[in-house]
Amino acid sequence: MAAAIRPAERRSAAVRSSVGQKIAMAVTGTILLLFVIAHFVGNLKVYMGAEEFNHYAEGLRTFGSPFLARGQLLWLARIGLIAAVLVHIGAALSLTLRSRRARDVGYRKTESLAFSYASRTMVWGGLTILAFVVFHLLHLTFGTVHPEFVHGDAYSNFVTGFRSWPVSIAYMVAMVPLGFHIYHGTWSAFQTMGVNNPRYNAWRRPLAVTIALIVSAGNAAFPMAVLSGLVA
Amino acid sequence: MELDAKIPDGPIAEKWGRHRFEMKLVNPANKRKHRVIVVGTGLAGASAAATMSELGYVVDCFCFQDSPRRAHSIAAQGGINAAKNYQNDGDSVFRLFYDTVKGGDYRSREANVHRLAEISLNIIDQCVAQGVPFAREYGGHLANRSFGGAQVSRTFYARGQTGQQLLLGAYQALEKQIAAGGVKMYSRHEMLDIVLVDGRARGIITRDLVSGQIQSWAADAVVLATGGYSNGFHLSTNAQGCNVTAIWRAHRRGAGFANPCFTQIHPTCIPPAGSHQSKLTLMSESLRNDGRIWVPQEPGDTRSPSQIPDAERDYYLERIYPSFGNLAPRDISSRRAKEAVDEGRGVGPSGIGVYLDFRDSIARLGRNVIADRYGNLFDMYRNITGENPYEVPMRIYPAPHYTMGGLWVDYNLMSTIPGLHVIGEANFSDHGANRLGASALMQGLADGYFVIPLTIGDYIAREPLAPVNTEHPEFTRIEGEVRGRTTALLETDGTRSVRDFHQELGKLLWEYCGMERSEAGLRKALLAVPALRQEYHENVKVPGSASDLNQSLEYAGRVADFMEFAELLCIDALNRDESCGAHFRVEHQTSDGEALRNDSEYAYVAVWEHTGTSSAPRLHKEPLTFENVPLSQRSYK
Amino acid sequence: MRLTLHVWRQDNPTSKGRFETYVVDRVSEHSSFLEVLDVLNEQLLEQGKVPVAFDHDCREGICGSCGFVIDGQPHGPLPDTTVCQLHMRHYTDGAQIWIEPWRATAFPVIKDLVVDRTAFDRIIQAGGFISVRTGSAPDANATPIGKINADLAMDAAECIGCGACVAACPNASAMLFTAAKIAHLASLPQGQPERFERVVNMVATHDDELFGHCTNHGACQNACPKAISVDYIARLNADLRKAATRRPGSDA
Ligand SMILES: Cc1cc2nc3c(=O)[nH]c(=O)nc-3n(C[C@H](O)[C@H](O)[C@H](O)COP(=O)(O)OP(=O)(O)OC[C@H]3O[C@@H](n4cnc5c(N)ncnc54)[C@H](O)[C@@H]3O)c2cc1C
Ligand code: HEM
Ligand code: HEM
Ligand code: SF4
Ligand code: F3S
Ligand code: FES
Repeated sequence: MAAAIRPAERRSAAVRSSVGQKIAMAVTGTILLLFVIAHFVGNLKVYMGAEEFNHYAEGLRTFGSPFLARGQLLWLARIGLIAAVLVHIGAALSLTLRSRRARDVGYRKTESLAFSYASRTMVWGGLTILAFVVFHLLHLTFGTVHPEFVHGDAYSNFVTGFRSWPVSIAYMVAMVPLGFHIYHGTWSAFQTMGVNNPRYNAWRRPLAVTIALIVSAGNAAFPMAVLSGLVA
Repeated sequence: MELDAKIPDGPIAEKWGRHRFEMKLVNPANKRKHRVIVVGTGLAGASAAATMSELGYVVDCFCFQDSPRRAHSIAAQGGINAAKNYQNDGDSVFRLFYDTVKGGDYRSREANVHRLAEISLNIIDQCVAQGVPFAREYGGHLANRSFGGAQVSRTFYARGQTGQQLLLGAYQALEKQIAAGGVKMYSRHEMLDIVLVDGRARGIITRDLVSGQIQSWAADAVVLATGGYSNGFHLSTNAQGCNVTAIWRAHRRGAGFANPCFTQIHPTCIPPAGSHQSKLTLMSESLRNDGRIWVPQEPGDTRSPSQIPDAERDYYLERIYPSFGNLAPRDISSRRAKEAVDEGRGVGPSGIGVYLDFRDSIARLGRNVIADRYGNLFDMYRNITGENPYEVPMRIYPAPHYTMGGLWVDYNLMSTIPGLHVIGEANFSDHGANRLGASALMQGLADGYFVIPLTIGDYIAREPLAPVNTEHPEFTRIEGEVRGRTTALLETDGTRSVRDFHQELGKLLWEYCGMERSEAGLRKALLAVPALRQEYHENVKVPGSASDLNQSLEYAGRVADFMEFAELLCIDALNRDESCGAHFRVEHQTSDGEALRNDSEYAYVAVWEHTGTSSAPRLHKEPLTFENVPLSQRSYK
Repeated sequence: MRLTLHVWRQDNPTSKGRFETYVVDRVSEHSSFLEVLDVLNEQLLEQGKVPVAFDHDCREGICGSCGFVIDGQPHGPLPDTTVCQLHMRHYTDGAQIWIEPWRATAFPVIKDLVVDRTAFDRIIQAGGFISVRTGSAPDANATPIGKINADLAMDAAECIGCGACVAACPNASAMLFTAAKIAHLASLPQGQPERFERVVNMVATHDDELFGHCTNHGACQNACPKAISVDYIARLNADLRKAATRRPGSDA
């Protein structure tokens, strides 16, 4: 048994606990989630045509000027994101190891253990998302894997990029695990951060579903829009 | 064996206060030099161990379950009494005292009962402070209900789980002391004997139920809180592990056994469904407020209840006791049910049981009202029997439930063995010949929280105790005896299983020493029991080894002790040639089947001294005097 | 009815366990699952074999002694029911039934279906109590407690400490058990003074006992015979967050 802590040590003990790690996970997860949502909303501008979209992409970079040099704020944001992803993955890793160690002998039959597909696949979902993001960056940010990449012209990169069927399908497929991850993630984040008020509890799951659906379906719609010629 | 109850003098209401002042105290600095063994972690044991450790004593605590929280107290449903008079309905310490003495049919000790009533007030305060979630009114104050036919609402309850919540309170207090290092807890340890040195209880012998290791433990005093022995009847409302072993072994070493024949039968339990049956589940008595009890008029009527017209039904309680009807007291309604079954008019697959019918009250009040009042009980019944009580009548039958008898103790809760204290259901408690509902939890906690922690100090402070450790030859000797007994059980290697024997013993006791007792029947039992015991030791089959977890061996040991105890049970029932409370001798009843007491000859506590397995026990009497509650005969006409 | 039971047999904590298959005939549909094991054990006895060890006591669904995993479900298929209250009428004649002990590093198997759950006691030792010396309590009605909170506390306090939540949790986490006790005591005024030290200490011990963390799978709630809600886990998380963010002394 852990020696009882003195009030003074209580903060650090709390942070070190498995619940502490979970909260870190939730916070970073939520940051990532917010990014994904904002990113999705931003991308909607693609429907307004090249001007708007490139202007927005450019805006991301010149934002905050003249006080900040070009791209500085964006870089700040990027560093924040990268940190979040690292913490998020780090916590996920340590918690997953903990879980493995907590049950050395498994059950013969587990199919009837009642818990959701989404919750079971958090790690794999997360990893696929990670893989996707890497590919995605090489594709639309650095253009490494983009045959017709034009620096600074986000719009044409976007359109030409999604003209290729394989790429588009890869994007759309990737949105499925993202959806599940966000669904359980959002609900889970409520739990973990102790957002638990009898008045709203009933709304937590529906809300999680809605966010997950909008983001994943909405994202998947971009490639389609290009392929269907809606965005050209 | 001389019996000195050590009752303080002075008026009844001042005895406890005066005694608290007169008791010797142990210097706080010296308390940690004294070790106390507590066997049992029910309400009595857990509260005692926690409190004594708070006071500074070093406590070793034992239970046979895997955690102290699982003691049988956990199963108590109804509630706990206290004379708080929060309802302002005229309750008082004296009234609770009065009701309890009367309820015990004048076979309990006035001084003890009054102390119990006084302490009942502190118990509720203590439990609430511990976080026991008692039922409350919307205003935030504690709710009460009237229970077991009491005229005032003095029963505190936590849903249907009062015992569980009270025990968790005591268990948590115990765990706190364990964490603080004041108590060493040994779960999955069964006490198999006690050890006397120079005539004082100085330790116990246990078997580690996991490793099988037989071990000695020494201390300055021993407290037994090992519960009741209803399982002697095989089928009872008690948990499977409840046993007589601890107190029986103490009895064999010189502790007087008081009133063993005072055993309580509960009228409303779910009847046995077949030979596989392992326990009987209690259904709250409140059901009798709206259910009508009946059996078919003709023996062997196997029609389904719905097909039996009213004309051919016998609502026997309403017939025999027009004024009380279905609310006739526990013992009476129990006996009438057995009667009906013996006449072959019992119902259900086994033919053991009577109907408790809600048809009329559902017709009168509507299904919702009934669901409101008894919903959870109906669900419980349905879960167990698979029948829907809203459509078919419930089947109920009486079952052994509580044992008022136990080891004799004086006012300090010390047995006739110096240093051996007994608390809770294990002692011959303050309930006389019959226990009122919601008073056992009260007694367990009174003994554990408020009495024993003080009186144990008096014992320790009074007599200088020679230092004793487990090296002492007595420990080695008794360890040897215990080993001998366990190996003997394993080596018998007969053909009959322990359960088989236990079932037969239970049948015997139930038949001849259960609800109704007659001289003829008891004499039969007194021939049959020793014979069965002999066969047991020649023909029992116990598998496995003594050196690991062996539940068959544990069971075998407990049944072996029941086999010996059963005889004393019958001897006491035969000796008490009167009817009182739950002890009903057919020879002694009023014209309307009421228990007929014989105060001139039997107003005493029967205390039995063990003289050897084959020789008859010796009877000692503690006369009972009633200065505050005038002797009177109860009547239900 | 006739049942085929595949039962996990393990002689001691160190030995390697295995499933053994037994056929039990003439099972009454009225008997409880534990009574079927009683019958099986009588049968094994006749065959000179060692009976199956399993924990049980009250057989009323209240003591929390009993419990094992039946066909992958802790306490079997019936919701809000312990194995001792699970009756065979819920099974069909000729059924094949797999029986395993709770599986968790923190619950080592002692023998057959019996596991060591003392880790639960140690979690309670870490703070699952209200410190009040016997005799020092004020009058029971001195502090009114609203019915809502009293009922909330009671809901949480119903936990019987059986361990099914751990058995069901994919991470073998005991967070539901721990949260139930935290919530019970935190819902009451008497529980406030120790509230934040309590949650930190109990969670720390929970972790030290090698239980897994909670990732909000919710399987525990579905397995719990007392239907303890995972909302209590959210409550625990909130209290732990507060324990980390609030200055000691500025509590509650
Ligand atoms: C179904 C049911 C409902 C009840 N309802 C009520 C009610 O509503 N109100 C009321 O007042 N009373 C009620 N009672 C009675 C009451 O519950 C008991 O009388 C009381 O709880 C006994 O408590 P105890 O501490 O004396 O013993 P128990 O709670 O029985 O504890 C016995 C302890 O001793 C230990 N033990 C026993 N033998 C040994 C041994 N040989 N070695 C080591 N340890 C041993 C056990 O492990 C256990 O810890 C009810 C009883 C039953 C069966
Ligand atoms: C942009 C991408 C991602 C988003 C939006 C996201 C979001 C979230 C959210 C909100 C949670 C809930 C935290 C909680 O349980 O309280 C979560 C949990 C989790 N995430 Fe992510 N995450 C992302 C990427 C990843 C990656 C790359 C991994 C890699 C392993 C990952 C693995 C996990 C795991 C294992 C959990 C734990 C599940 C749980 O605790 O309930 N996630 N994620
Ligand atoms: C199908 C849906 C998506 C489309 C159409 C899309 C489109 C784009 C485009 C055009 C850019 C380049 C912006 C620029 O360089 O100016 C970009 C950058 C980026 N996208 Fe997406 N994206 C999608 C989904 C996602 C998802 C699901 C994630 C994360 C889980 C993600 C993470 C990122 C990141 C991290 C960047 C780099 C931002 C930066 O420059 O720092 N994208 N995306
Ligand atoms: S929370 Fe439920 S499952 Fe877990 S121990 Fe308590 S009662 Fe058992
Ligand atoms: S199943 Fe396990 S993950 Fe949490 S919600 Fe229950 S403890
Ligand atoms: S045996 Fe007590 S809960 Fe099942």
